[in-house]
Amino acid sequence: MEFIRAFIVGGLICVVGQVLIDLTKLTPARIMVLFVVAGVILGALGIYPILVEWGGAGATVPIIGFGNTLAKGVIEDVNEKGLLGAFSGGVRAGAVGIAAAVFFGYIMAVVSKPKIKNKA
Amino acid sequence: MEQKRTKEEYKKWSQKQAPKSPKIKRILMAFLVGGAICTIGQVIQNALLGTGLDEKSAGAATTLFMIFIGAFLTGINVYDDIGRVGGAGASIPVTGFANSIVSPAMEYKKEGYVMGVGARMFLIAGPVLVYGIITSIVVGIIYYIIK
Repeated sequence: MEFIRAFIVGGLICVVGQVLIDLTKLTPARIMVLFVVAGVILGALGIYPILVEWGGAGATVPIIGFGNTLAKGVIEDVNEKGLLGAFSGGVRAGAVGIAAAVFFGYIMAVVSKPKIKNKA
Repeated sequence: MEQKRTKEEYKKWSQKQAPKSPKIKRILMAFLVGGAICTIGQVIQNALLGTGLDEKSAGAATTLFMIFIGAFLTGINVYDDIGRVGGAGASIPVTGFANSIVSPAMEYKKEGYVMGVGARMFLIAGPVLVYGIITSIVVGIIYYIIK
């Protein structure tokens, strides 16, 4: 059942993105920025964690879930270390994602060759 | 004469229909592709939880795996095809975040490993991190004040 819930929640989040692209002519890059920022705010307000509870990976795999992770980290760290936590929490909570993106991104970019464009 | 009329009618009809039906198809494909990617994420997460990892670590490790998959599929020139079919369904999941790093880095490799690969990796990931981190700091400061 949790696979179906993940499919539905993940699918619907992507539909929101697609509708925004179609209606507003926002580029995918801007949508991604918008989604991360929305994730931080919805996470801080305690709304996004409800979606994570129900949708599992359907809510955490989309980039908006990364925003939620940043918010969660910041709140944990502020509770623990006060104002310093506002600066440490986000990057700490997102560390695995950021480091993995840099590491795998770099390796794949170095070893791969881009497709020759005129083939398509 | 009649042909002209039908042509005009067709033009009107297609103007009314054309932007609509591909739009619905794009939305449907975004749902299917996005949903499928997240379901793969759930499968990975469940498998990791099965190995005895706690929930937090399993979540982080799932992100790590998804980023690897996204980067790998971009490197072998498959993710662009997924993106063409899935639209936002391919770009919104964290695999699309990985794609946004590898894709420009590959393309600008000829500009060198520092200003080519190193800099272009962050063409889209950079703004995402900048705005994500800034928002989280602002949220943290507000939370510190009001808590």
